[in-house]
Order: sequence, then structure tokens, then C-alpha cells
Amino acid sequence: MMGLAGSAMALNASLAPASAQTPTHPSSNQHSGQTGDHVSLMANMVMGDVDNKRNNFDPLALLTDFDYGTVTTLPDGRTLREYTLIAGDQLIEIAPGVMFPAWSYNGRVPGPTLRCTEGDRLRITFINGSSHPHSVHFHGIHPANMDGLEAIPSGETFIYEFDAEPFGLHLYHCHTVPLRRHIHKGLYGVFIVDPPQPRPDAHELVMVMNAFDTNFDGANEFYAVNTVAFHYAKHPIPLKLNELVRIYLVNITEFDLINSFHLHANMFHVFRTGTQLQPHEFTDTIMLAQGERHILEFRYKFPGQFMFHAHVSEFAELGWMSLFNVTETGATLPTMPTFTEQADPFGVCTLITGEL
Amino acid sequence: MSALSDPSGVPQRPWWRRSLMLSALLPLLLLGVLLAIIVTTQTGLGDRTAPPIEELTINRITLPVANQLVVNVTNGGPDPVTVAQVQVDDAYWMFEITPNKTIPRLGSATITLPYPWVQDEPHLVTIITTNGVTFAHQLAVATRTPSITIETVGRYALLGIYVGFIPVSLGLLWFPVLRRLGRSGMQVILSLTIGLLVFLLVDTLAEAMDVIADTAPIFGGSSLVLMVTLISCGFLMTLGRNRTQIPPSRLQLAYRIALGIGLHNLGEGLAIGAAFASGSAALGTFLVIGFTLHNITEGIGIAAPLTRERPSMAHFVGLAALAGLPAVLGVWIGGFIYNTVLTALFLALGAGAIAQVIYEVGYLLYRQSNDDRTPLFSKAVFGGFVAGVGIMYATALLVTA
Repeated sequence: MMGLAGSAMALNASLAPASAQTPTHPSSNQHSGQTGDHVSLMANMVMGDVDNKRNNFDPLALLTDFDYGTVTTLPDGRTLREYTLIAGDQLIEIAPGVMFPAWSYNGRVPGPTLRCTEGDRLRITFINGSSHPHSVHFHGIHPANMDGLEAIPSGETFIYEFDAEPFGLHLYHCHTVPLRRHIHKGLYGVFIVDPPQPRPDAHELVMVMNAFDTNFDGANEFYAVNTVAFHYAKHPIPLKLNELVRIYLVNITEFDLINSFHLHANMFHVFRTGTQLQPHEFTDTIMLAQGERHILEFRYKFPGQFMFHAHVSEFAELGWMSLFNVTETGATLPTMPTFTEQADPFGVCTLITGEL
Repeated sequence: MSALSDPSGVPQRPWWRRSLMLSALLPLLLLGVLLAIIVTTQTGLGDRTAPPIEELTINRITLPVANQLVVNVTNGGPDPVTVAQVQVDDAYWMFEITPNKTIPRLGSATITLPYPWVQDEPHLVTIITTNGVTFAHQLAVATRTPSITIETVGRYALLGIYVGFIPVSLGLLWFPVLRRLGRSGMQVILSLTIGLLVFLLVDTLAEAMDVIADTAPIFGGSSLVLMVTLISCGFLMTLGRNRTQIPPSRLQLAYRIALGIGLHNLGEGLAIGAAFASGSAALGTFLVIGFTLHNITEGIGIAAPLTRERPSMAHFVGLAALAGLPAVLGVWIGGFIYNTVLTALFLALGAGAIAQVIYEVGYLLYRQSNDDRTPLFSKAVFGGFVAGVGIMYATALLVTA
């Protein structure tokens, strides 16, 4: 039995306009069988909360988790960054109580955010610990044999090595066929190549717009940023007043051609694909096709709770609905445990046999 | 048992008896041993690796008040099902579920959502289980579900009287006309009765199949409907024939036809009540007129076997009540406690009763043609049959909303 007065209902008090607030709680009206005068804004919500421990990742921690790799200097003076990506089979809770048989990189969906600077030498060791063949295909400029089209069989290893170019916001994903299923089940992550001259200091957040087709009928049941539907609506992202915020926004949604991002009560600068340092646009809504990604920059002038969500209303109501909580001081976000610290990275994983 | 007794001597009888009991129990004992082996060794087929098979049926969506949706679900699958989330019109919505979000096999649950449903518009409810499996049900037209008040009970009763009792009574008023028909005219009327009963049989069975298709498969689906129809028919055949082999009297036959038609009208009432309650029968008056015209022929069917009798007025009232009033009961059940399995069962019972009276009327027709030494399959008889089916078909067009 679940109570209607979940954590999301608490948000109602701060979100609903004063005129909409009534002395009696709308949901308790429903419960007693009386006619409700209105339905809470946050009634469009999933019930309960996900178990971050079981999932092995906290969506709040994913926002600011960057993997810079193991850094060494090459004889020619260039920086070498070495990363490890391990593919695995994992059941993840993509919405409260809903388990999805995912394929993941490093036990999380999206995979780790690989970050480097333009001109670095990158060496990515890919270990396929999944029951199916997989690969890693990076966006960016690199030789054909490093393009990740060749499927690496279960239990085998492959090392991708190339130079980081051009600077911008890229992504990586599995390119094994059937492609749609390999991507949609969770094999993707963000790949950030910083410009040689760093961008201005900012509060940087990684947001991967993704979706899940839980009944495998070719249409998504849940939409989100960073996997868990409605997570940032239930747990608003803290922001500091007037602080520059930079969002690395990537769209990896399958089945739907486009996704979008809309910011409430504000406007943002758009750096398309992050490949230029001059903004292309100043807007509050931007559309991204499958695989498109942009860097967004903005500051909040007023404190309070502000929504951001897909302006595709259907996606918003199916989980891609989030909140910023802007305060004078902001707050620190939880951090991810580093991958190597985990004794058993797939301790919570269940090897799924069969067709899934 | 005597055939199985040992012929050699009486002293061994107790042993034989025990032995007989033993041989009767042996298969059951072995079955017990087999079950014990299966339970302890897990059949040796290996562990079940496939995800559980989930089968959830949304029985009914009701709208008791504004801003509230109530969804009734049944788990008809082999495994328990846990409801994880609920969507209304492709939007996740807060909900309460009682008694538990995990619904055991054959169990039911009620989900209540604070949803601002819109009058006269369709709404789609989708349930997502823990395994991400979805079960959807469309509410065709949103309208407030009537609650049980003196006013609605009265209004529904009136509806039942309009579609059941009144048309049957009107049909019975043709009795004096039927009496004046000659013997060949009588043949036509009996065959016309068979025609309309055949139509009702097909119609009732089809309706039962339609209704049962929306229920949890575990209840048996179409085979349940067919079995109940056969049993109902068989039971009515044996009724009244226990002591003698003679067929029922003509008055008894009229009552049987009335019972069969009554059960059919009960089913019709269920459908009408459910349609009104769920708002899908928006045609109201037109639908009522249609049913009245459609059912008027039923009165002729009931009166047909009585043309050589002089039944009292009380019998006519009784026949009209038996055939017509179940419609009132049907509208009440359909409108207030709509239950798809129950509806299908009532319809199947009705189909069985109708099949039985088709046999009886057919037998009456056969005897009459034997007495008259006229061919059973005359053009007049066939014409009457076609007319019976035709009239029912034509008037049924009025009620297909």
C-alpha cells in the first residue's frame, strides 16, 4: 500500500501557485471519496523512489561525475589518458519499482563521462563482461580501425587508441547490431573533449536524455535525464544564485526521432556540439535529434524551484520532468564511488541468460 | 461390487473389499508419491530462468466523483504480479492501491488515482508491472459512474421494464390473433418462433464470447461459455422428464420459452446497464426504442405453443414477468456491479435455455406435422423460420449503437 503523500507531494506546497492551495490536501480529499476541487500539479508523478544502492549509482552523483582517466606523460610531452570500460548485464531500476534488463558500461547507465583535453592521446581498454558481443564507438575524429564497428565477443578485450579531436561535446556508444537494441539497453556515455584553453569556471552538469522501452514493443515507457524517471523532480538539483551553470546535454533517446530541453523562467546560451566557443543562440527551448548534443550555459537571477523538462509534453509526463532548486548558497551534490574502489563492480548485476 | 467378489468363498470378502479399495486408492497414492518427488527434485528440468509470465486484466474503470479514477484489476496469470506504476493517457500518475500492490494469482486490487478526467472524452489507463510489462484498458467515454440511489435504482428498473417487460407483454397481446390462425398458419408461427429463437441463440452466444474475451483467461474464456451453455441446455432437458418420457405440456413449454428468453433479456439488461453506466450508450432513447421493437417478437414466441390452450390471464402475466422482468435485474447488475465473468455466465445460461426451447418447439412442430400428415420441411415452415430470423436481424439493426 502506497500513500499518496509521497516526497513529491511535498513539492506541491512550493510549486503550486498560492491560489491553488486549499486548506485540505487534494489527495486526502480523493482518499475520503469526496470530490476533489483540483488535482495537484505534481500528481503527474511516479510512486515511490528508486534504490540507488541496488542500482550502484545515484542520479544526483552522475551529474558531476567526470572520469579524467589515468594520466601519464608520453615521451613527446603529450598527455596520455587511460580509461577502462567494462560492459556488463545488469538489472537497473529505471523508475521506482520497475526493473529493466540493461547492458551497461562500468555498472551504470549512462556509462562514465570520459573527459580529456583536445590533443591528448586516449587509450580505452574495453573488456566485454556481458553475455553478448559489444563494442565502443566514439564520436569525434579518429582512424577507421578505432571506430568501434567490430563487435568484441563476450569475455574478450580490445584497446581503442586515438587522439582527442576536435574539442566539443561528444558521446560514445555500442555499435554492435542490432544497433537499436544495443543502444537502447544502456550502452552509451558522454565523451567531453575540452578546448586547449578551458571554458570559464562554471557549475558543470552532465545530462543524458534517455528512455526505456520496458515491454520491448518499440516505444518507450519511461523518459528521463540520466536514466531514472522523475528523479530530479523528486530530488531537485541544487543551484547557487547567479552562478554560471554549464549543462552538457546529450540526446541518446531511441525510438523517438527528437527530444528537447526547456528551461523555466530563464534563457540559456547554446553551443551546438560544443565545437565552438561562441554561442549560437540564446533561447529557452532546444530540440535535439537522436545523437545530437549541445552545451547550454545560464545563470539563475531569482531563487526558488524551477522546472526543466522536455517540451515534448508526452516525454515530460512519462518521466523527463526535473527541478532546479536555486538558493543563495547552493549545495554540494553526492559523489560517485570511483569504479576501481568497488570490490565487485557487478555485485548487483544479474547475468541474464536467454534472449533479453 | 458383487461382480468383483471372489466366487471361491465368503471369508475372503473383507480382504477383497480392502483390495478393491486399495486398487481404487493406488493411483492416488502413486500420484502423491509423484508430487512429492516433483516438489523435492524440481522435476529435473532445471531452474526456471525465464521471467515470470504476467497476466493482468483491467476489469473495470469507474469514475465515482470528479478528479477520481478507480481501476479494478485481476491477476489471471500463473505468477503474482506487482504493480509498479500507473499511466493515464501516457502520463505517470500518483495512485493508491488496495489491498496490496502485489496481486496474488487470481487476486484482485483496486487502484485509485486523483485524475482530472474529462466528461465525454476517452481515457487510457496503463499499468506497468515491476518487470516493465504493460496492461492497458481504454475507457470509451468518461462520465460519472452512477451510485446506488433510490433515483438511479428506479431509473434503471424503468429501463429494464422498457426493454423487457413491455415488449414481451405487447407481443403476448397477439395471442387472440394467433388462435385464429389455421393449422398451417400455426406451423408458420411455430417455425417463426424457431427462427427468432435461433437468432437469439446465436446473438446470445456471440455476446457471451465477446464479454468473456475481456476477462482474465484463467476463467476459461470461450470454452467456459460453451460448457455452461451445454450444461444449462442439458439440465433443462432433464427437468420434468425424470418420471415420464413424455415431453412437457404446451403450457410448460411456454414457460420454458419464457425462461430462456428471460435469461436472454437478463443478459441484454446487463449489457444495457453496463453501457449506460460506462457512458458508452449515449444514444439513450433511440437504443431503448430499438430494444422495445427488437423484443416485441419474443412475445409471439412465448404465445406460439399455447394456441390450442385456454390459459388464464394469470399465466400470461406470469409468462410476461418471467420473460421480461429479468431485464430489470440485468440492468441493475450491469449498471451497479458490472462483472464481466458473471455477465458471460448469465449469457451462457441463457444460450443453453434458448437451445433447449428450440429443441422443444422443434419437437412440437414435428409432432404437429406428423398429426396433420404434412411435410415437416414445407415452404411455409421454412418461410416462417426465415421470417423469424429476418425480423430479429432487422430490428437488431436498431440496437447496434
